[in-house]
Amino acid sequence: MKNSDSNAITSDMIRQHGLTFGEFNRIEDLLGREPNYTELGIFSVMWSEHCSYKSSRYYLKKLPTTGPRVLQGPGENAGVVDIGDGMAVVFKIESHNHPSFIEPREGAATGVGGILRDIFTMGARPIALMNSLRFGAVDHPSTRFLVNGVVDGISNYGNCTGVPTVGGEVYFDSCYNGNILVNVFCIGLIPSDKIFLGNASGVGNPVIYFGSKTGRDGIHGASMASSEFDESSEEKRPTVQVGDPFAEKLLIEACLELMKEDWVVGIQDMGAAGLTCSTFEMAGRAGTGIDLDLSKVPKREEGMTPYEILLSESQERMLVVVKKGMEKKALSLFDKWDLDAAVVGEVTDKPIVRIFDNEREVVNLPVELVVDGALDLKRPIKKPEYLKNLDHVDLAFVSELVRGDDILEKLLLSPNITSKHWVYEQYDHMVRLNTLGLPGSDAAVLRVKGSKKALAMSVDCNSRYCYLSPFVGAQIAVAECVRNIACSGGEPIGLSNCLNFGNPENPEIMWQFEQAVSGMGEACRFFDIPVVSGNVSLYNETLGQAIYPTPTVVVVGLLKDRLHHTTQWFKEDEDLIGLIGLTMEEFGGSEYLNIVCDRVEGLPPQLDLNTAKSVNELCLEFIQKGLLNSAHDCSEGGLAVALAESCLSHPHSPKGAVLNVDSTLRNDAYLFGESQSRILVSFSAKNRLAMETKAKIMGVPFLVMGKVGGDSLVVNINGKEFINGDISNLKKLWLGALETYVR
Amino acid sequence: MKCGVVVFPGSNCDHDCFHILRHVFKLDTEWIWHKDNVNLSKFDLIVLPGGFSYGDYLRAGAIAQFSSVMKEVIQFANSGGIVLGICNGFQVLVEAGLLPGALIQNCTQKFICKTVSLRVENTSTPFSSECLEKSVLSIPIAHHQGSYFIDPEGLNQLEDNQQIVFRYCSSVGEVTDEFNPNGSVNNIAGIVNEGRNVMGLMPHPERCADPAWSNIDGQIIFKSIIKKLHSGASL
Repeated sequence: MKNSDSNAITSDMIRQHGLTFGEFNRIEDLLGREPNYTELGIFSVMWSEHCSYKSSRYYLKKLPTTGPRVLQGPGENAGVVDIGDGMAVVFKIESHNHPSFIEPREGAATGVGGILRDIFTMGARPIALMNSLRFGAVDHPSTRFLVNGVVDGISNYGNCTGVPTVGGEVYFDSCYNGNILVNVFCIGLIPSDKIFLGNASGVGNPVIYFGSKTGRDGIHGASMASSEFDESSEEKRPTVQVGDPFAEKLLIEACLELMKEDWVVGIQDMGAAGLTCSTFEMAGRAGTGIDLDLSKVPKREEGMTPYEILLSESQERMLVVVKKGMEKKALSLFDKWDLDAAVVGEVTDKPIVRIFDNEREVVNLPVELVVDGALDLKRPIKKPEYLKNLDHVDLAFVSELVRGDDILEKLLLSPNITSKHWVYEQYDHMVRLNTLGLPGSDAAVLRVKGSKKALAMSVDCNSRYCYLSPFVGAQIAVAECVRNIACSGGEPIGLSNCLNFGNPENPEIMWQFEQAVSGMGEACRFFDIPVVSGNVSLYNETLGQAIYPTPTVVVVGLLKDRLHHTTQWFKEDEDLIGLIGLTMEEFGGSEYLNIVCDRVEGLPPQLDLNTAKSVNELCLEFIQKGLLNSAHDCSEGGLAVALAESCLSHPHSPKGAVLNVDSTLRNDAYLFGESQSRILVSFSAKNRLAMETKAKIMGVPFLVMGKVGGDSLVVNINGKEFINGDISNLKKLWLGALETYVR
Repeated sequence: MKCGVVVFPGSNCDHDCFHILRHVFKLDTEWIWHKDNVNLSKFDLIVLPGGFSYGDYLRAGAIAQFSSVMKEVIQFANSGGIVLGICNGFQVLVEAGLLPGALIQNCTQKFICKTVSLRVENTSTPFSSECLEKSVLSIPIAHHQGSYFIDPEGLNQLEDNQQIVFRYCSSVGEVTDEFNPNGSVNNIAGIVNEGRNVMGLMPHPERCADPAWSNIDGQIIFKSIIKKLHSGASL
């Protein structure tokens, strides 16, 4: 019954396929008939939230997506940004949250595989991966299993494909207990005139399938990613695909070799919704149709039905259209790389996809109806009730401190602040010899071979801020990434986002989404950064418990000269330490409040975009003039943690520091508050005058606070010692904590 | 002098080795595709690069040893040609029987990517002649199956014949368990065959040989090889 196409569609089938009756009626009306069972499966995945963006598209239109450097904005496999010298970068961040929660190792691994394919499908050599990982509380019973599985999956897949994983972020919060987030980013390098798109153009051109064989894994993965979890989610494990990084490596090399040929017309990988999605989308972009014969598709197992073949999400598969007559050349190239390949179809002129199983027609659908037919939903929005009680910090719970030593230690032990070397040492972050800035500084920095330029990239989102104010939180995510890029010596050129939220059918979640996208859009317009790619992941919710809104942001920046590359750690004894930017009395949403007072409340720190910009400009000016020895952004844990990180993160020899400051603020706010737009720098004393003068001219607060050197981290406030910690002890705490939580 | 970098399906440090030989040391360097029947006699140096040949399926290096190019590599090595196997290349050399012992899972059960210190144990090989005896090099490792293992008899033989070229150590050269990243016996990081013309090492000298980085400790291994080949002296 299930696999038969002759049976009428029942209301149970419609429900099981995640379609509403309204949507089903729309399909029937526009099609002029009832779809068959296989066609229902196609609509189920193509009209799923995951593939159609039906809840989010209306808002996403508000993001700025154009700019002089943009060669390809959203809508293709990935965005493309010009970096000059005839080169461009291709990049995108994407979620693999639902599969990674159900099966962490394979879920995370196939997330890496999918994002890699999005990049090399455009003709680019992938040069780096990054990721943003969010897990539940460290003491939650499944956190260890999930962390180890996810990190192992990324490590195994990324390392094997020979693409370095150069940076990322790892957060822990109980809001992710039931829904972890695995967002993976990839960037590739491409000659700016050699960009390949997923177009099936040229009537009569052959459509070739290549890569791994098709199996029964991952059927309905896209639909799974479009619903909430409940007690039965474990049962969805079979919908998680299994990756083969070795096949992916062969696919990368074969594709890049293939794309040197001038007879390649269009190419696309098979990701979510598998062969169905690539067939319809490639035809859709070119305004053509495709005739496909499923009997020709290389299969892993016998007896697969058309429904299963079309909806399989088996990994490491591609679809390419080549010029007629070039089939043999293409097939022999795939043979060289030991990849399965077969001509499976042909481009046709009518915009209809017809799918055959040998002679029998099993699908006949207009392309536009499938690709663009899902109605954009303007779901209702409503400001959440929870915000009413959280808009201020109750200082009754935040007692003033006489000394800050314990608090600093507690913060360095916080899983959100402690060194992440246990994670990134499991990733090959050096292969391909481009990684100038290894993990563990503000941004990852890669050289661009054959040019003196370098690329900087940073991924960030403080979801606690976003919970307290999605608008400001999203702005801060953008601003912090830009600041990280500035600290590393670069200027932003493009942005990719991964918008992770709860169930959009809940108006309060939709409000969070609307606010976050508006905030992000405003910040991007202000900094003049185009959003060139991205992904939306909704339904991150289990039994009605949604994650904090988590609009993860990646900003890619360009260093005019790779010699400008600057790192966060102190380098020379006797160097002066200074702070660019202003410290205010702010506690809202801070890690201090969370760890020490066990409270999540208040408004996130204020963000003045003009200030943010001028602070970055001053930092960059210092760097480009060669005045700085280190620069580090102040974020979670505030000035004290930034200072400790600058002391401790030197790869060989940590440094001590002594700060003497005068302040009218509360001590705890001064050192642990998270005021935005602040950069901690170190520099040779001989540069002081020039720097102070420049700061004055630019009207940016710049305060010299102390000196590098000694075996301790000392902070004196108003002449009184507030912190005095032994560097080797602090380093031990900071380096060792994560392993004790997750190992 | 002519260098060849072997490319197995799944090799991924091939480009890095090629880059260092061709662009940093300006040597005449060619790719050798594993399926091509190339006569290796025209080469002076063959590099088996790091990576995951054949996906490391079964066991790292286990399938690559049966690749047609390996017959040629064995012949090349047996006639005295210089062969350098790095990381997965070392694993392939061991599996192919050109070097003794085995490489097993790191004792941490995890992939490890970080810079470690190596002490030079033997400077009378073509791969280390430019090093100072007992000097310390900083070179990155990046492997999951890099723990060198050999039976006690074999180990004695290696020690007696001075076939151990590099050992993991502290930044000042102490060879202790604390500085053994992966559990290798006697902290072994790199060895040569009895003929001294084949070396396998787990660390990646090609990752610290490009002057775009401040650490160029890996250069000394390539410089030693180049000097040896230019001098033309027999082994």
